[in-house]
Amino acid sequence: MRGADLADPVPVQLLAEDGTFTEHPTFSRYIEGLDDETLRELYRHMVLERRFDTEATSLQRQGMLALWVPALGQEAAQTGVIAALQPTDRVFPTYREHAMALYRGVKPEELMGMFRAATHTGWDPHKYNFNGYSVVLASQVMHAVGWAMGIKQDLATGALDEGRAEDELVVACLGDGATSQGDAHESMVFASSYELPVLYFIQNNQWAISVPQHTQSRVPLAHRAAGYGFEGLRVDGNDVLATYAVTQYMAEQIRAGAGPKLVEAVTYRIGAHTTADDPTKYRTQEELEAWKRRDPILRYRTWLEAQSILTAEATEQVDQEAAALAKDLRAAVHSLEPIPLERIFDTVYAEPHRQVEVEKAWLKDYEAGFAEEGQVSDK
Amino acid sequence: MSAEAAVDAQEKEAVSTPTTMPLAKAINRALADELAADPKTVLIGEDIGALGGVFRVTDKLQSQFGTDRVIDSPLAESGIIGSCIGLAMRGYRPVAEIQFDGFVFPAFNQITTQLAKVHNRTNGAVTVPVTIRMPYGGHIGSIEHHSESPEALFAHTAGLRIIAPSNPHDAYWMTRQAIKSTDPVIVLEPKRRYWLKGAVDLDTPAPDAFTAQVLRKGTDVTLATYGPLVPVALAAAEVAAGQGRSVEVIDVRSISPLDDETIARSAAKTQRLVVAHEAPTFGGFGAEIAARVSERAYHRLAAPVLRVGGFHMPYPPSGQEQRYLPDIDRMLEAVERSFVYAREGGH
Repeated sequence: MRGADLADPVPVQLLAEDGTFTEHPTFSRYIEGLDDETLRELYRHMVLERRFDTEATSLQRQGMLALWVPALGQEAAQTGVIAALQPTDRVFPTYREHAMALYRGVKPEELMGMFRAATHTGWDPHKYNFNGYSVVLASQVMHAVGWAMGIKQDLATGALDEGRAEDELVVACLGDGATSQGDAHESMVFASSYELPVLYFIQNNQWAISVPQHTQSRVPLAHRAAGYGFEGLRVDGNDVLATYAVTQYMAEQIRAGAGPKLVEAVTYRIGAHTTADDPTKYRTQEELEAWKRRDPILRYRTWLEAQSILTAEATEQVDQEAAALAKDLRAAVHSLEPIPLERIFDTVYAEPHRQVEVEKAWLKDYEAGFAEEGQVSDK
Repeated sequence: MSAEAAVDAQEKEAVSTPTTMPLAKAINRALADELAADPKTVLIGEDIGALGGVFRVTDKLQSQFGTDRVIDSPLAESGIIGSCIGLAMRGYRPVAEIQFDGFVFPAFNQITTQLAKVHNRTNGAVTVPVTIRMPYGGHIGSIEHHSESPEALFAHTAGLRIIAPSNPHDAYWMTRQAIKSTDPVIVLEPKRRYWLKGAVDLDTPAPDAFTAQVLRKGTDVTLATYGPLVPVALAAAEVAAGQGRSVEVIDVRSISPLDDETIARSAAKTQRLVVAHEAPTFGGFGAEIAARVSERAYHRLAAPVLRVGGFHMPYPPSGQEQRYLPDIDRMLEAVERSFVYAREGGH
């Protein structure tokens, strides 16, 4: 029966749900070289993101954010991938890659700009080599491909700019829902045809708002890669070590010129799609509880403690740092002001545009008129 | 003068003499010159390589500049524009070819939600100097989706620049200016005029691409149009002159930004304005021109601004396009109609 070929493959896993480690013939070696400090960093990073994320939801509930998009439950998938990259690797995120953004150094107030509706993108994408969040699903994976075409072109012409590496790759992030978009398809066609250094990172968190994964695809998303002629792998996205290892494995080949690869991280969106969503309308409590038992942080912590890599003191230190981050976030959001409309006029175009200039001047005069009226009535 | 100096002088003379070439060749030359001038300029589109494009606008460019600089894309318009955005983010100046106006819509999302907004969205941190070349307009006797005029759909999107050259000299210089612009620019190429020959002076730049130009002076009525209808308007003005009407013809050239000052100044002088385009008049770009001129020149106008354009229907089968497209007679009818209105109100 043909369907048997398409049965869900078991995702690559190194850490079981109970925190026990199992050797893997291909992937263990990518973990073996990691020192304790690096391993603790992965833990620290996941804890920080979760605290940040929880605080953001509270801030939204208190009316300080227009919207929040929780990444709860996806900390390991995101951290495992971003930690395996080089700083020269460009990331094209969706709008949920908070762990990746923070890892790259995006500041809390920069990340929150869009969620406080103060700006559309709060950070300079070039500064962190981390693109702005993309709200139109899958549009960014086409941009990732263009960026990769640029990498190839740089190498072909020997015109590598300052700060660029010869073995750069691009990470094209998308969720299970976005894989249904036409741009996801076109992106993979381009990446494959031009043999581009693109790593597709699909976080399959099971739900596209209220629509389950099987409505997007009747085959594991990793299998789609084969249709385009490149390798796709499923990894347990709640296992930070497996995600890290699989990413290293993929990146190694991409850097060697193997063309695009795809990682499907199987994970779960513990929170709502956004703070405007009500997941109780479409998914069961049993399902949620089952996934909570596969918690990525608890699993990793259990293993770290069993290995004596993480002491009680270190855990306490991370918790304190997380509490401080939450406090910083609250203060930062509180002081975030929307960028002035004048600045928005000024960035519609890079070069002067008659209609924009006229309208900007008109608004200034119009509002100055109110100021004058105010002065008159004061007298 | 030495023999060498004489040869130099002759060559200089030869270079500064305008060369007559078809409009498509002028664009080809502009692309070649930009590819040669800037290693960051790349072309991407369907069939633009070995074939040289379905209209041969990119003829021989791939053999001259290589497959890395003149790139045949998969058959995917959204992919073409999306990849151009990524290339531009990395510092390239991609020039995309959309094969026909009617095929731009798969890329409409990338153009309007991404390309137009990236600079603004990032508060100016990221520029996307992408040029989109698009043959547009009808009168080529083709099948559905090959004759459309979608300029109003793009004009309504802030962040895009849109220009429409009407002659070979403008086509050469406006294409070069579009590629050099830091903003995204859509160049609407008047496909029925690809074979129109004209003088191209490769040493003397055309006026700024984002301005309108008065092509023919007149005193009685202003006729403003752009792209493929400019030669029609000039011919209509000639006929009108024979009938005693002095028509001022304006080539609008730039749709966004719109040089409304030039058009309003002319309309204030002649007191009458007719705007023509191939696109349907309903919700069309002519309405924008009419509104702006009405605001600026209301007291000087002797008649409402009149529009000549396509009808509120999908572009018809080209067997009927002669009746659909504005021609000399339709323009003259509007010109005459603008004289029906009484000068001193009350009509």
